[in-house]
Amino acid sequence: MKKLLILFVFAVLPAGAFASSEHGAKLDPVNIDLNDKASLQRGARIFVNYCLSCHSASYMRYNRMGHDLGISDELVKENLLFAADKVGDLMKAVMPKEDAKLWFGVAPPDLSLIARARKPAWVYTYLRSFYRDPESHSGWNNIVFPHVAMPHVLYEWQGDQRAVFKKDAHGVEEFAGFNLERPGSMSAKEYDAAMRDLTNFLVYLGEPAKLVRYQLGVYVLIFLAVFLIFAYLLKKEYWKDVH
Amino acid sequence: MQKLLAWIDDRFPLTKVWEEHLAKYYAPKNFNFWYYFGSLALLMLVMQIVTGIFLTMHYKPDTGLAFASVEYIMRDVDWGWLLRYMHSVGASFFFIVVYMHMFRALLYGSHRQPRELIWLIGMVIFVALMAEAFMGYLLPWGNMSYWGAQVIISLFDAIPLVGPTLSEWIRGDFVVSDATLNRFFAFHVIAVPLILAALVFVHIVALHKVGSNNPDGVEIKKKKGPDGIPLDGIPFHPYYTVKDIVGVAAFLMLFSAVIFFAPELGGWFLEPDNFTPANILQTPPEIVPLWYFTPFYSILRANTFAFFGVEAKLWGVIFMGLSIVFFFFLPWLDRSPVKSIRYRGWMYKTALAIFVVAFFVLGYLGTQPASGVKVVIAQLCTVLYFAFFVLMPWYTRIDKTKPVPERVTSK
Repeated sequence: MKKLLILFVFAVLPAGAFASSEHGAKLDPVNIDLNDKASLQRGARIFVNYCLSCHSASYMRYNRMGHDLGISDELVKENLLFAADKVGDLMKAVMPKEDAKLWFGVAPPDLSLIARARKPAWVYTYLRSFYRDPESHSGWNNIVFPHVAMPHVLYEWQGDQRAVFKKDAHGVEEFAGFNLERPGSMSAKEYDAAMRDLTNFLVYLGEPAKLVRYQLGVYVLIFLAVFLIFAYLLKKEYWKDVH
Repeated sequence: MQKLLAWIDDRFPLTKVWEEHLAKYYAPKNFNFWYYFGSLALLMLVMQIVTGIFLTMHYKPDTGLAFASVEYIMRDVDWGWLLRYMHSVGASFFFIVVYMHMFRALLYGSHRQPRELIWLIGMVIFVALMAEAFMGYLLPWGNMSYWGAQVIISLFDAIPLVGPTLSEWIRGDFVVSDATLNRFFAFHVIAVPLILAALVFVHIVALHKVGSNNPDGVEIKKKKGPDGIPLDGIPFHPYYTVKDIVGVAAFLMLFSAVIFFAPELGGWFLEPDNFTPANILQTPPEIVPLWYFTPFYSILRANTFAFFGVEAKLWGVIFMGLSIVFFFFLPWLDRSPVKSIRYRGWMYKTALAIFVVAFFVLGYLGTQPASGVKVVIAQLCTVLYFAFFVLMPWYTRIDKTKPVPERVTSK
């Protein structure tokens, strides 16, 4: 029976078939660790200070985030409440949607679930793949998300980079790498670490239940395993006389 | 206590029902692994109804609020995330269990005479379950919810003359909209579950009238002891109640493993595109139904030819319909003198194996963009899928069978 079950799981559920990237841009892996509270807190600070100016996370409440990340209501109030009055408020964007639409052409999407709709590796690579492009409206472009309306908000940290394209054998332009023209206030390593914190936070933001469900799952499975043993023994006892 | 029971029995056949369906319902003693899935399907029905009731307390069937209300359940409702995952993962597990349950019938001939009616009721349950799952999938109002419903409802457009009117009538609008969401909600939470519960009841009543089949395909009622009890029968309670508890525990471990450690199951149980709210202006790169529909979805897309003056799209719809309708006729298509695969020849075994492979391949292709060689493979598998049914009267009749024992065998 066990063999059948295992066979069945492998036959029916070839997970990961959905994992391949769509557009062909190479995505950099990112180390997601929701147990790293410090990283989540740093990510939260970046998110609230920069992203929340234009983007909302309107399914999430400030105090829920504070509670989960170990930030007290007082600290949330003093340091993170720019766009709301109460700690129990939803995380709305500072910028009104109508203005955003006027300025960027599209309203910036809500980011509550961005790490679930896209993959964490996509978010991480996107945040690090802005480059100067004089032909675009905002002056910026992105390798992972071509012609994105969003300008590079964090260029002061990362600096100005330009994309280098090379022609391949068929004469098609291919992205070959970035060339840092003017360094920002952070080194590449520091910037990557900051973006990892931000991505880590976005993964948390996409599913706060992730903080508890793994641990709870272990307890549930242990309980069921013990229950299974007793259920099996009970069955064996009852079936003794069936031949 | 005895007095109370007598008082009730005078007014309601409590003891009679208990004995007829549990304590003195004699089931064959040789049930194997495949016989767990009936009780597990019942478990899933109850689980979906119970979690559904609690989800309904917080969900809002309104295009402006639906998506946010699901996220509200995931974040702000105590244990809401668990309820939601139990329900969404539960839908997939319900289908796994039901597919296994149906496959069991194909293995041991459980649909054959005298159990044709049980099979027919079961098939209606299956169709109702598909309707239930399809309508439930619209409720989170994600982008895949929206476009999936849009595509599937527009299939009715292919029907000549009445098609467009019919699909408009189903939606209650020209496109999938608030009217559609509200009526799907009504069907999903009350109409279809009510039908399902009633059908499951009738399914079990019909089963207990004729008695259960078994892996040997032997009618245990033919050999009865002097007390009138089948020699190979054992009372369902306590024997199979304690055995099914083991099945339930093992099943729940698998179920919990997915709920707690991989509720999206890499996109198979919850699609990434459904974490974006429905957007009328933005079609997802590939509109894909969930895995339990993809074999039929593949068959729908497989046909690329117009013939007999009927366009390819309508043929696709017809083929998809037929791919389910054929199941209803199985008890009459199968002409083998034996029921169980244990006593059948190589032809049925090969045919069943090919059918299962075709079903899985179609299921996989349904999740992939239909292009190039994939279309050809889907067409080939569609042909194999239908060949299983259409050729069945012939290959089951000429297939060499082994002698069936008088009594059930043990292992």
